[in-house]
Amino acid sequence: MPEIAVSAKTVPPISLRRRMTDRLMTGLAVLTVFLVLAPLIAIFGYLVYRGVGSISWSFLTHMPKPVGEPGGGMANAIVGSVIILAIASIIGVPFGIGAGIYLAEFGRNRLGSVIRFTADVLNGVPSIVIGIVGYAIVVLYQKHFSALAGGVALSIMMVPTICRTTEEMLLLVPQALREAAYGLGIPRWRTTLSIVLRTATSGVITGIMLAFARIAGETAPLLFTTLGNQFWNVRYDQPTAALPLQIYVYANSAYEDWHRQAWAGSFVLIVLIVTSVAAVRYVVRRGSFGGAA
Amino acid sequence: MANPAFPRPDMPGPQPVAGAKVNSAAVERAPLLRSSSGEFADRTFQSAITACGLAVLGVLVLIVYELVTRSQLSWHAFGFKFFASSEWDPVREQFGALPFIYGTLVSSLVALIIAVPLSIGVAVFTTEMCPKALRGPLSFFVELLAAIPSVIYGLWAFFVLVPLLSGYVQPFLASTFGWTGLFSGPHYGIGMLAAGIILAIMIIPIISSIAREVLMVVPQHQREGVLALGATRWEMIRVGVLRNARAGIVGAIILGLGRALGETMAVTMVIGNRPEISKSLFAPGHTMASVLATEFSEATGDTYLSALVEIGLALFLVTIIVNALAQLMVWTVTRGQPARGNA
Repeated sequence: MPEIAVSAKTVPPISLRRRMTDRLMTGLAVLTVFLVLAPLIAIFGYLVYRGVGSISWSFLTHMPKPVGEPGGGMANAIVGSVIILAIASIIGVPFGIGAGIYLAEFGRNRLGSVIRFTADVLNGVPSIVIGIVGYAIVVLYQKHFSALAGGVALSIMMVPTICRTTEEMLLLVPQALREAAYGLGIPRWRTTLSIVLRTATSGVITGIMLAFARIAGETAPLLFTTLGNQFWNVRYDQPTAALPLQIYVYANSAYEDWHRQAWAGSFVLIVLIVTSVAAVRYVVRRGSFGGAA
Repeated sequence: MANPAFPRPDMPGPQPVAGAKVNSAAVERAPLLRSSSGEFADRTFQSAITACGLAVLGVLVLIVYELVTRSQLSWHAFGFKFFASSEWDPVREQFGALPFIYGTLVSSLVALIIAVPLSIGVAVFTTEMCPKALRGPLSFFVELLAAIPSVIYGLWAFFVLVPLLSGYVQPFLASTFGWTGLFSGPHYGIGMLAAGIILAIMIIPIISSIAREVLMVVPQHQREGVLALGATRWEMIRVGVLRNARAGIVGAIILGLGRALGETMAVTMVIGNRPEISKSLFAPGHTMASVLATEFSEATGDTYLSALVEIGLALFLVTIIVNALAQLMVWTVTRGQPARGNA
């Protein structure tokens, strides 16, 4: 800043060129913020505009109509998504938390470092590659596409996120709490589950919801695991419709009504995800595990 | 049960678990102490927890194993030529991955060219210039961008960005920079340029949030020192902040690159999905991820499927190398504080 409180007599004034460069760079930085916010606002605005305009009760409760026929809804895809996400969570959450407990409580050795690094690597694996693995380990054995295969693929994506956040949160729990528990003669497993994990509950839940928000909108791993389905299905071992898949298929179609439904589906999806992200922020803000930090 | 797998560096002195050994010998005389069943429960618990940890390792091994074994057929048929040939003909079972590698590289490069200056600008603004009251909401909005699913980006790009490109941006680019050869051909809207732009929009939140973390760990006295020498604010940022955070910012960029390389849905919806190598950014293309998305579930024939899995394997290896490199570079700046590219 040129107006630093130094008298002009002792220090030579900052040259015009330097002052101009300073202004120019500040201006450029502000400009980048606008350039970054513009697409965000455009995407959200357009999504709300098209989504709210297209959503209706029948969209939420009806089945898809045959190709080219207007009307119908995505009830089967919404239910399918719920099934797939439930399968993913049932598999992914316990493993993720378990691995996180291992890293925090038993993982200060070489195996711990290897697992920590592996989790970070898994986090960066493209989701489409996870889809191939889901195809290879479930679809090829079952001989057909299924909700289970999609759930397995998504659970692989959940584990690293949950694992690392659980570890971080457990490490925030003060050592004195563990020592106090041992001092009372409480066995180690009881200490870990009922005292350490309990203290860090809200932080661990934050991690789970972050992972959930991340997989809820995933499409690529479902393409060749659950495949999609135009009909009603609640069986775990059959091809199943999912909201993101349906959005993709409808967006690629040639029918105006399906485009409209793709927007409505996106709106439902984003409401689901933004609600969970906002809930996460709310929990973190309230800081109910603040005592641990 | 003084177990070496129970390291408790923060807790010197006799270990509470070790006490279990004493009590199993003196159960009758000290009824208040734990019985040996506690020891059994502890051991079971530790095995179960260790199994969960090993499962993470197992999943990675499984991914590598499946990708390697299922791509054997294609590897034996084509060898290294697979990555140098641009012929992709499922009917005659001739497969070469060059167009996809080219498409992945070019679309990611376009994305980086657009995203890097913008992300650094946003990171610099939020850490160095922004009024405190604005800082929270601004980073929240940018993080919100990261929470939007890829398929919704694709939907928006297909219905809003593509018409915008073909109607306004492409005619302008063609008339102004047409001589470079990068912007020639018909203005479909769909193509490499659209893919690059939507990728840029998607990786900006990742790069800028990590760059912000990196800038925030630059010590305050660096800034004060440069200001005390009479620098303007920009000079302070350039000399005192950016220069110190160089390695971390490069790490942030590489993490963004890792995300761009593996991004599937949004790219698939706007790149045009044609396995061609063309100099013009207006032309349609294909990426390694998009060919998997469009052709995997319809692939007939073992060689075809195997060739697709080999593309998946190549994509997997490239993203792992890129990510590991990035983690390392961010780590050198933040000194072990985890770099969170996913949140």
